[in-house]
Amino acid sequence: MQKKLHYLLILSLAYLPPVAAWELSGYVGIEDLAFIEKPVDSQQHNNYVSGVIEAELYHEWDNGSQIFAFVPYFRGSQHDSQRTHFDIRELTWVKSAEEWELRLGIRKEFWGVTESRHLVDIVNQRDMVENSDGEDKLGQPMINFAWIQDWGTVDLFILPGFREMPFTGEEGRPRAQPTINNHHAQYDKNGFERQVAYAIRWAHSVGDWDIGLSHFYGTSRDPVFIVEQDGQGKISFIPYYQNINQTGLDVQATIENWLLKWEATVRASEQETSFATVAGFEYTFFNVSETGLDIGLLAEYLYDSRDERAPSSFENDFFTGIRFALNDVQDTQILAGVMVDSRTLSQFYNIEASRRFFDNFKLEVEARFFNGAKPDEIMYAFRKDSHFRFELSYHF
Amino acid sequence: MKKIIIPLLLCLLPAVSFADAQKGLEIMQEVEKRDLDWQDMHADLKMILKNRNGDEHIRSLRMKTLEMKDDGDKSLSIFDSPRDIKGTAFLSFTHALDADEQWLYLPALKRVKRISSSNKSGPFLGSEFAFEDLTSFELKKYQYNYVKDEAEAGVDCFVVESVPQYKHSGYTRTMVWIDKQRYIPLRIDYYDRKNALLKSQKFNVYQQYLDQYWRAGNTVMDNFLTGKSTTLIWENYQFRTGLTARNFDKNTLKRSR
Repeated sequence: MQKKLHYLLILSLAYLPPVAAWELSGYVGIEDLAFIEKPVDSQQHNNYVSGVIEAELYHEWDNGSQIFAFVPYFRGSQHDSQRTHFDIRELTWVKSAEEWELRLGIRKEFWGVTESRHLVDIVNQRDMVENSDGEDKLGQPMINFAWIQDWGTVDLFILPGFREMPFTGEEGRPRAQPTINNHHAQYDKNGFERQVAYAIRWAHSVGDWDIGLSHFYGTSRDPVFIVEQDGQGKISFIPYYQNINQTGLDVQATIENWLLKWEATVRASEQETSFATVAGFEYTFFNVSETGLDIGLLAEYLYDSRDERAPSSFENDFFTGIRFALNDVQDTQILAGVMVDSRTLSQFYNIEASRRFFDNFKLEVEARFFNGAKPDEIMYAFRKDSHFRFELSYHF
Repeated sequence: MKKIIIPLLLCLLPAVSFADAQKGLEIMQEVEKRDLDWQDMHADLKMILKNRNGDEHIRSLRMKTLEMKDDGDKSLSIFDSPRDIKGTAFLSFTHALDADEQWLYLPALKRVKRISSSNKSGPFLGSEFAFEDLTSFELKKYQYNYVKDEAEAGVDCFVVESVPQYKHSGYTRTMVWIDKQRYIPLRIDYYDRKNALLKSQKFNVYQQYLDQYWRAGNTVMDNFLTGKSTTLIWENYQFRTGLTARNFDKNTLKRSR
């Protein structure tokens, strides 16, 4: 009997697939944030140096149908203790079969099509201390089951563990005035209901069309703000997170050189039901004069029925932009855009450029300028926060 | 005088009318027929980009292709280097004459982006290969004319002129040297929109797989306008690995690294 077991053990060991290599990749970078004007608050600074590292440990087996990924992330910043932060962007296991995929762990999920604002994208909290553009996200624990059929993919999400939006600290920039209190967030629901969110999404591609329809129930990722005065008479903003039901729609039609994009959400909280939309296009001239250069023109209109009470500054705005992709060996890219408020005509300019050097290095330059914001606008808080951001990174 | 004018006029007629369209089509039909039913394919690809000064840049990617009956193939390419775009993946459903469907996966954002497939003539990853040079061969994409017999690298070939029928091509025509024995391309010359010779691609070190399918071990694209060149090195060819359409959907694209 004992012997038989041994044989079985040896046999089963022999059947184990060869351990495919674990792959490590990632980047380290150094960043400089340089502000042009004197800060509103004398505690703030004009220049911030920081360092960043993100690594990915990746393993796939079972003929690629199972994967494991671990992506830790750390940024250490001068002056702003809130910006020095560690996060697990991903710690995930995925099993895929012909008609389904099961994805467990800490993950990032992206929904949507538009460029100026990611309206329907709601699964992850945004990492607003990492970059004020809101493109970076915190890892979200989740159980995600995808059911894959001819008529599209249905994704079911259980999202345990709510994560608050991180904001720059008192010494940080850009930041709201007065400062946002990172430690005393309030909620309209408590306990389990606050912690766990649920979502469902159907997505499908039919010919020129890519369509997504989603619903989310749980604590909203973007807070509204309450003004609070503490014992010493110091005023600060307190983030207030509401329980919401949000239905989202995202559609893109890809016709010749046109990308036509539309996102819309209906959101119901205890306070109100609101509607928001982003609609626009991107038109690209490819390989201009056979130089390899692509020039893309972007225009989007943004609307939010909450108007000035909207927690974002995109209540009735126009975005226009131009994108240059040189398609050269260094992969040089430039995206320049401006957001204009249709009521006050205040503007937010955003220019992003990137280029590769020596195969493993990448330089990114971003310029953000705020202009003409009126005192009743959210943007007004950032009126002195126009800045440049430089990041040089080494990729391994 | 009349006698001189007639041969002169004949010379002025476009070369196309002399060429043999029927024979051209038959040659390419045979090319297609001999490369049918490989079902699916996997290969590792290294691109070596060289400029006039001899500076080299290397890109590596993995490519999976699914053969589609009566339609263009589906392909998934995953980039391994340069390292800053590692994990970026490109999914393409090609069609003979209709616009291809293409999606790009950006791993940093976990975003799948549907992109325009009108970009046929632009460079692929900064190389001398245009997007249209790398898509699957479909008979209906071109109109053919047999031009002549000519040896290429010591091998007897048919020379067939192919005129793109799909939109947004950067070429007025290509000239393809087809090996008379094996019915595989040994060389392709590309003529730009002004009908000037722009590039030439040579196919080297062919190997036969599954006793039927010939694949080049490397191909070299020379750009005569810029003096740059790109070498593609193909390795680890595998056929009939059991891939299905499911390996070429947006869910798989999101899992790709």
